[in-house]
Amino acid sequence: MLQTLPFGGDGGGYMADEKKLFTVTIDNITVEVEPGTSILQAARKIGGDVAPPAMCYYTKLKDSGGKCRTCLVEVAAGSAADPRPMPKLVASCRTNVMDGMVVKNITSDRVIDARNGVVEFLLINHPLDCPICDQAGECHLQDLSYEHGKGASRYEFKRRTFDKHDLGPYIQLHMTRCILCYRCVYTADQVTNERKHGILMRGDHSEIATYIEKSLENDFIGNVIDVCPVGALTDRTFRFKNRVWFTKPVDAHCNCEKCSGEVQLWMRGDEVLRVTARKDEWGEVKDTSKGETGWICNTCRFERKKASDWIIEGPSQINRHSVISQGHYENGVKPNETIKKVMGGRDPKLLMNIKDVSEVNQVELSEIKGAATSESFKQLKKGN
Amino acid sequence: MGRKILLDKAHIEGIRHYDVYRREGGYRSVEKALKTMSPDAVTEEVKKSGLRGRGGAGFPTGMKWGFLAKPEGVPRYLVVNADESEPGTFKDRYLMEFIPHLLIEGMITASYALGSNVSYIYIRGEYWWVKEILEVAVQEARNAGWLGKNILGSGFDCDIFVQPGAGAYICGEETALIESLEGKRGNPRIKPPFPAVKGLWGCPTVVNNVETIAAVVPIVNDGGDEYAKIGIGKSTGTKLISACGNLNKPGVYEIEMNISVEEFLYSDEYCGGIANGKRLKACIPGGSSVPILPANLLLKTAKGETRMMTYESLSDGGFATGSMMGSGGFIAMDEDQCVVKHTYTLARFYRHESCGQCSPCREGTGWMEKILLNIENGKGKMSDIDLLWDIQRKIEGNTICPLGDAAAWPVAAAIRHFRDEFEWHVTNPTDALKGNYGLANYAKPLEIAVAP
Repeated sequence: MLQTLPFGGDGGGYMADEKKLFTVTIDNITVEVEPGTSILQAARKIGGDVAPPAMCYYTKLKDSGGKCRTCLVEVAAGSAADPRPMPKLVASCRTNVMDGMVVKNITSDRVIDARNGVVEFLLINHPLDCPICDQAGECHLQDLSYEHGKGASRYEFKRRTFDKHDLGPYIQLHMTRCILCYRCVYTADQVTNERKHGILMRGDHSEIATYIEKSLENDFIGNVIDVCPVGALTDRTFRFKNRVWFTKPVDAHCNCEKCSGEVQLWMRGDEVLRVTARKDEWGEVKDTSKGETGWICNTCRFERKKASDWIIEGPSQINRHSVISQGHYENGVKPNETIKKVMGGRDPKLLMNIKDVSEVNQVELSEIKGAATSESFKQLKKGN
Repeated sequence: MGRKILLDKAHIEGIRHYDVYRREGGYRSVEKALKTMSPDAVTEEVKKSGLRGRGGAGFPTGMKWGFLAKPEGVPRYLVVNADESEPGTFKDRYLMEFIPHLLIEGMITASYALGSNVSYIYIRGEYWWVKEILEVAVQEARNAGWLGKNILGSGFDCDIFVQPGAGAYICGEETALIESLEGKRGNPRIKPPFPAVKGLWGCPTVVNNVETIAAVVPIVNDGGDEYAKIGIGKSTGTKLISACGNLNKPGVYEIEMNISVEEFLYSDEYCGGIANGKRLKACIPGGSSVPILPANLLLKTAKGETRMMTYESLSDGGFATGSMMGSGGFIAMDEDQCVVKHTYTLARFYRHESCGQCSPCREGTGWMEKILLNIENGKGKMSDIDLLWDIQRKIEGNTICPLGDAAAWPVAAAIRHFRDEFEWHVTNPTDALKGNYGLANYAKPLEIAVAP
């Protein structure tokens, strides 16, 4: 725009509308973002490995972030006006970009070293019970550990444990797995009418609790399960029913008077095993078609467990690298069958079909009340 | 005799109460400031005085006041940090207990300079009797017309409230203090925004240590230039040092910042030497969070210069061979003290006091404590020492607030200077349970490196 605008003319208004964008360079990739954007959001705009991991920050929750320290980045130049580097690593989720800022994330050894340290700290008291944890497969701590953790722990002491608490009929709190990200606290503050749980004690003995075991009863409290980055808050109606990667996520909606009704169903066959909010590529709740944050109500989440309750829109988009897409059917690239080639043209011989001998696959999981255990299996079999 | 400007009248009978305090020349600074000076002029005097924050970080007070945002129509607050919980530090307690009106006088003057109409004293809950003393003093000042509406006809309103904490070290961190003062859980806030822009109830706030605010009184009375004449270089004025440990005369001393550490430690005017005729092994010169120094590095710097009781000299050599002035909690340890046990005690403290908000501090402090306990109990391995070093390195600088650093530094310094004692604990586990490593070489003069 080379045209000179008349002083005081209409052009003034036009200039005001034109927002000045900040140029940020993250890991040598330059991106333009609006002023007030955090480094993390700018990095997510670039995407891929450049985006720092975030365990406590949640875009939809005000004031969240800054606590877990996994998103630490190095600021090599503060801004174009003041290009001094910042002495300490900064939490990218809570540091806003400046024009001309140069940030180093995966290109900085300091950052990788600090992040490995944080992951080690997060894991020393984590039970690492992924094989029996319902969150496994969609757990942010699991992903983080694969990327930054070590094969063996240097921690040789007894891990911190807590008793499991049932926060009412729908939610179970397994504090031993908690990484104290505070997301559920912010959710209760910002999504529900009244917060009834919080942090008790301090330091490494602090815990999420309702003080005296109370149940959390609020129409939207189920959202704490969605925001929990680990398996500390789990859905009691889905407990031990299935591994998430065996279930197929589909987008569905219903007419709900309390919430948007836009959900994701986790199905196995025709059974709806679990209902959650729809999530974006960063694991955060998506906006609804009306542009509001897609929190869903307890009725949708816990009560509507029949396929007939829902209008199914179609399969959800799942990242190809996610374990959830391992049994997936959409966007899948079917590899060429190689066994025949390797075996000199012979077809592989099926020795035994597991479905013929296992009783597990003959039981309708949705008929089990509560957790799926060997006891409930037996009972169901007896009933049949 | 060194000059005393804060505690010179602290011994006078009845100085705790208004009548005696006023008779001894109290509240002159308020009169002078409100009647003859503009708020900016008071700030200017404080800037000229070179006064540095006495709480630990040593940030220039005048500059801090200058940073205070002054938007129209938004109240500003002065908060006095009396949450003195650092192990080894008890100077503010002495000041508030014996001469509480000095703090209140300083607060009124500082509130005038900052434009704070409501100021708070946040005092630690364990000082419940000091809180009562302060509340009586505030009421006396209010009755005498030094607090309330239109003080001295100047049009300036000010009131002071005393708020006790509930027993958390972390609430001495300024943003955690503000959270606690607001009635919330005392978790430090993520900075920026800094309190000077968004502090108490989202308004611009200055948080200062008790001693810093008390020092405003002599600065306004005698002028900033006069105050700046005391001390060396950028360490101006007097400092309260709370000396404890194996000393002949532990206690709170007001020193001019121009004496050597040796003089402070051995002269009869101050600590009077090490108790029971023993020898000094190690010393923490500024409260539990600052690095510990062996005797040979305490009295002389690595360059062979005499170490002085100033901000600069105590930190000479950085963390490799220096320490910090900190909050002035001077802890001396004689030859019979065990540095490993001592480090364990500090690690236990920081583990207990970590707020648990950010992961490195929450998990790391507990881990360090457990390893140190193992080493102390003769169950340690040689690799544990390196592991400790690695843990402290990963905590330091990666946390929300300085508590992570404060937990990491003592461990780092203990390993840096006393590594052979740690190794002795590992290699002689049975001896370590019965006796201790003793003085070893820690007091032997260092070979002076030739200046490059």
